[in-house]
Amino acid sequence: MVTLNEYLILSGVLFSIGTAGVFLRRNLITILLSIEIMLNAVNITFVSVGRYQGTVDGQIITFFVMTVAAAEAAVGLALVIALFRHRETLSPDAFTSLKW
Amino acid sequence: MDRIIFYILAGVTVLASLGVVSSKNPMHSVMMLIVSFGALAGLYVLLDAPFTAVTQIIVYAGAIMVLFLFVVMLLNQHKEDDPDVMPAGLRGVNMRAGVLLSLLLAFEVAWGLSRVGVTMFSSDPAAVSSISSVARIGTSLFTTHAFAFEVTSVLILVSMVGAVVIARRER
Repeated sequence: MVTLNEYLILSGVLFSIGTAGVFLRRNLITILLSIEIMLNAVNITFVSVGRYQGTVDGQIITFFVMTVAAAEAAVGLALVIALFRHRETLSPDAFTSLKW
Repeated sequence: MDRIIFYILAGVTVLASLGVVSSKNPMHSVMMLIVSFGALAGLYVLLDAPFTAVTQIIVYAGAIMVLFLFVVMLLNQHKEDDPDVMPAGLRGVNMRAGVLLSLLLAFEVAWGLSRVGVTMFSSDPAAVSSISSVARIGTSLFTTHAFAFEVTSVLILVSMVGAVVIARRER
């Protein structure tokens, strides 16, 4: 039988991989993909804790996280397209106009 | 048996996620992420959540990843830009700090979880069948969480309009 701890450790490892992607990559699309990895790491925590507690609430909040992720991907990718039109690059280092 | 499947699926998920982060070509990253989501759907099945597994495949691996693929193909940037926008020395420091921070996060989570005692899932068949029932999820979604569900529809409408307005060509 797999324990709850193993699922939580898997989730922590996935979240760290996602964070590393956001910190290390210099490509807006890959950064958005890393955010999706982090969202999925949190989803697996919700589902496994819901399974542990014997309620469906974990699965329902996962459903809402997926909806928010879809909305975030749509708006994020629209922003990426708009930024690419202005600067012809996907590197976040090129978009520092708002930096103080 | 469960353990073996869990470790295979977890290994595929972690390796595919590492591939997403380390691949230089965004197209390969998206493909790797689809593999990772497929393995995650298998993990949801192991957790007696078949509805979430199917949603994961249809919504994530289907809809969201196709959106990403469209944008990758539209922009046609199949390699990372040259990192010469920033001074070379500063960039190295940033990279090392980033790796350090994510490793620190992984160690913190692992340390915290190692302090918690081993927690087993209940294997009572009645409890298992009640949480894997789609009917129960639906009932809970449309009664207890009905308000959140309706707010979600507004969120989707807003993001749809927002995406069209942001990505529209200005004239």
